[in-house]
Amino acid sequence: MIMWQMWIDMHLARYFEERVQWLFSKGLVHGTTHLGIGEEATAAGTIAAMKSQDYVFGTHRGHSQAIAKGIDVKYMMAEILARETGVCKGKGGSMHIADPDIHYFGADGVLGASAVMCVGTALATRKRKEEDRISVVFFGDGTSNEGATWEAMNLAAVWELPVLFVCVNNTYGMSTPIQDVMKDTDIAKRAYPFGMPAKTVDGNNVLEIYHASVEARKYVASGKGPMLLVENTYRISGHSKSDGNLYRTKEEIESWKEKCPIKAFRMYLIENELFTEEELDKAAKAAADEIEQAEEFAKASPEPSFDDLMNDVYA
Amino acid sequence: MKEITYAQAINDAMCEEMIRDETVFFMGEDIAEYCGAFGVSRGMLEKFGKDRIMNTPISEQAFVGAGIGAAMVGMRPIVELMFSDFMCVCFDELVNEAPKMRFMFGGKVKVPMVMRTPSGGGTGAAAQHSQSLEACLAHFPGLKVVIPSTPYDAKGLLKTAIRDDNPVMFLEQKTLYRTKGMVPEEEYTIPLGVADVKRSGTDCSIITYGRMVQMSLEAAQRLMEEGINVEVVDIRSLVPLDHKTIIESVRKTRHVLIVHEAVQFGGFGGEIAGQIADSEAFYYLDAPIRRLGALSCPIPFNPNLEKAVFPTVEKIVAQVKSLL
Repeated sequence: MIMWQMWIDMHLARYFEERVQWLFSKGLVHGTTHLGIGEEATAAGTIAAMKSQDYVFGTHRGHSQAIAKGIDVKYMMAEILARETGVCKGKGGSMHIADPDIHYFGADGVLGASAVMCVGTALATRKRKEEDRISVVFFGDGTSNEGATWEAMNLAAVWELPVLFVCVNNTYGMSTPIQDVMKDTDIAKRAYPFGMPAKTVDGNNVLEIYHASVEARKYVASGKGPMLLVENTYRISGHSKSDGNLYRTKEEIESWKEKCPIKAFRMYLIENELFTEEELDKAAKAAADEIEQAEEFAKASPEPSFDDLMNDVYA
Repeated sequence: MKEITYAQAINDAMCEEMIRDETVFFMGEDIAEYCGAFGVSRGMLEKFGKDRIMNTPISEQAFVGAGIGAAMVGMRPIVELMFSDFMCVCFDELVNEAPKMRFMFGGKVKVPMVMRTPSGGGTGAAAQHSQSLEACLAHFPGLKVVIPSTPYDAKGLLKTAIRDDNPVMFLEQKTLYRTKGMVPEEEYTIPLGVADVKRSGTDCSIITYGRMVQMSLEAAQRLMEEGINVEVVDIRSLVPLDHKTIIESVRKTRHVLIVHEAVQFGGFGGEIAGQIADSEAFYYLDAPIRRLGALSCPIPFNPNLEKAVFPTVEKIVAQVKSLL
């Protein structure tokens, strides 16, 4: 059932990232990672409305997207701990988590590129006359200023390709508030020049996201061309491990913690008597256990062998 | 065998591969009715229709990125950039995306895409339409870089590039498009990474590629009149590089001049020189390794100035003589 799945996905994402944050603080994670604590509803709600055959391109803040698309947290944790069993064999890390076998083309470290590549998978779909398959690209408010994003929207629109553009607007590009870098912060308007429909939803309301995404998918799959969905949310965690939160107040962060998408969803599910408190807690506990097991699996996994280094290098 | 132009050879390679494999398609700016800025795709729209010969917006990031995306899910796009200088507006796609996907995603995805683009000077197109930027492409692990010098090579190498499972940058030479050469009528391909000794000689090796091959052959002809027997090695692809043929040639002739039309400073000639210096061929050298490339100067518009920037037959002759 969709609601149950979204409940689990949001918890897996939250616990996964909290655990990664903790591992980081203990110096157990090499490199960097970008957490999206507080944004879990955007991935869970959007991807729940998609079909398994759909191509999905995530963001560099994409752990929740990868989980919702179906990557096992075990292999994702192993990737973050740079192990041989990682979903990218320890060669990609947090910024490049992907699994083309399940049509998830991952996290990309350079903003805007996913959008243009997503136009390409949609083009392939069109060429093969695959009717019920769309391509979805997640990108942030910051990336909505990239030229590549605009080029992708134009090309998808003029070729009427089945692309769903999903802007997860978390209010800040790293430390820069959107009003400093956008004359008009209504991102949905960016669809208008390309003749695309757009819809803005509360990005902390997983059900609103889900229903809008179902409608968006229906539109995009009907062959009318691309669509833009803007999901307004907030990143409670810092941008990356270097973030000292110098650009925003504690009060602001606290006020958004009150608007936590998981809390809101829990209230909805209980008030409408869809699930009991016990059922929800049990599922949350199971998600927490799964993350714990993922960590154990990752820690028990070997480092990649030097013999594997040059595999997949062809030039 | 039949005699065709370099442009026709490229056109034939694309057409044959599109007939052979329906996942191959071709896109770029003004490649359909207009047939591209150099007329390379003449007749292709009529043959294959607009679903497979696709005009794109003037939007390099979008259509190069779309090529990568389509390749990632099993298509084999050929993407044309109108001038190789324009790769600078889609450098992210060329450097950070296409070459890295396969490795970065643990080997689960491939990017079988060919990027064709006219490269080089000699056409009076000035500083932003005349460059030879291959050295920077060769620098990135994950990109193959091919530069054919004859119609025969262009056809055989392009067919191989289209069949390759990885991204290939195919840099065509503008001034060679109208040159002619003999090409077999039957099917053939040329593997990437195999140099071709275009002229065998004993006194000095010229290691070169692209439009400098013909100039080097002319220089060799002139030097022969003076009793100097030059070998001309056309490397044909920078990545993969045929190290062995280069080293063997240098060991034999004991003298080497590396010629390319790209700016000499930081050019690919430095890599070739390094490979020779790092090898056993070093001990056979009777003179320093010499390079001849373009001056460190944006390409000027004036024809006399432009000629002064690039290597010429005269300069090649003089350099060879100075080594002996």
